[in-house]
Amino acid sequence: MKYQDEYRDPIAAEKLLQAIRALATHPWTIMEVCGGQTHTIVKYGLDELLPAGIELVHGPGCPVCVTPLELIDKAIAIATQPDVIFCSFGDMLRVPGSRSDLLAVKAAGGDVRIIYSPLDCLKIATQNPERAVVFFAVGFETTAPANAMAVWQARQRGITNFSVLVSHVLVPPAMRALLASPTNRVQGFLGAGHVCAVVGFEEYEPLAKEFRVPIVVTGFEPLDLLEGIYRCVAMLEAGRIGVDNQYARVVRREGNSAARQLIEQVFAVTDRQWRGIGLIPKSGYRLTAEYEQFDAEKRFAVQNMQVIESDRCISGLVLQGVKKPHQCPAFGRECTPLHPLGATMVSSEGACAAHFQYGRYRDTMLQAPIHA
Amino acid sequence: MCLGIPGKVVETYDQDGLRMGKVDFGGVRKQVCLEHTATILPGQYVIVHVGFALHVIDEQEAMQIFSFLAKMNELSELGEVSTLPPHTPHDLQPLEPAKFPLAS
Repeated sequence: MKYQDEYRDPIAAEKLLQAIRALATHPWTIMEVCGGQTHTIVKYGLDELLPAGIELVHGPGCPVCVTPLELIDKAIAIATQPDVIFCSFGDMLRVPGSRSDLLAVKAAGGDVRIIYSPLDCLKIATQNPERAVVFFAVGFETTAPANAMAVWQARQRGITNFSVLVSHVLVPPAMRALLASPTNRVQGFLGAGHVCAVVGFEEYEPLAKEFRVPIVVTGFEPLDLLEGIYRCVAMLEAGRIGVDNQYARVVRREGNSAARQLIEQVFAVTDRQWRGIGLIPKSGYRLTAEYEQFDAEKRFAVQNMQVIESDRCISGLVLQGVKKPHQCPAFGRECTPLHPLGATMVSSEGACAAHFQYGRYRDTMLQAPIHA
Repeated sequence: MCLGIPGKVVETYDQDGLRMGKVDFGGVRKQVCLEHTATILPGQYVIVHVGFALHVIDEQEAMQIFSFLAKMNELSELGEVSTLPPHTPHDLQPLEPAKFPLAS
């Protein structure tokens, strides 16, 4: 496949690794923000191929992982109602809520449907006018144009039996929260490439300047990650701060203006809870006043959710890059993709899922053998 | 959530007032909303996420990494150690050098 295969060339990858080895004279700690990038790194073992001093820390760029427990419980409560058709992206279905998950609701007879595109929900709504179609609108800025389009179209076409449960989160405020933390060790960032394809990277410039870090907007294929790491190390070695763009074939500084305009019409910035991290001010989206009528939280008035988080799950520490998955006592034991304790083991972008899927549980076995 | 796949636009049309397209992903064709890449033409490539085209793929920029690698080849053929001068990003915002102490 063009624009994919050539970015997986092992010979080119080795050349980039050689260049990184020759360039690095100090140890550096770099965070890749996006879960998709984490998966590529773990899948291709890039973190193990880098010179010993370069440490890659996994970031919180997994919107499934950071959706608040309370919202999962609300989703389950709504999906359980008899006249509701609950639509969601696939990997939200197995995220553990306080007592259950959406897949269990489906198994018990609830009408829970996996959709590929948010526009699919509108099709379902028009085909089922007597039912209430609810869409779990989860995502970072990458998914915002698609989610916004579904709401915008619903209004345009008068599709009133449609509403959205919004769980949108934004990258720059999360990076700011991490950088401002007294325990932060991250010295440079690989910025989320597809987020920036949509919203551009102007917002990262003041962040880089304020916290004096290099931020390299990076793609998702092995060569992208390696080139991003190379550029980040180059900036760190030279003591340069600012924003660089490795993913220039898709990312422009101003992003996609048509997408941004639509987002601004439908969504407004708001404070958000991040599962495992806590409240980050101005770090999410809610519907604007004009589109409030489509807010599922208002339509279904689910209140007083009593949330119960697993006390064994350290997802929050993994999302902040403070712990690696294999440092969790439950990793590969009570917590596996088949029976996850937390969202980072469920999501296709979760760090724990990546480590498990690509065999890193061997690290756990070596460190602390289970006594029979 | 951030997973975007590159695909080739094969056909464009309008549906429900939106610009749509048939996009080919290595033989698999899917319907994609092109509303945010409205000037795209068949034959061009886009990055697709949840059924939406996020952005056109710039062919020239896509070659950049390969010319960088070719330069590395030339240097290593000349017997130079692969210590390339740090890549000068063309859209780096010029800022004053960092004053933080380098990690030891």
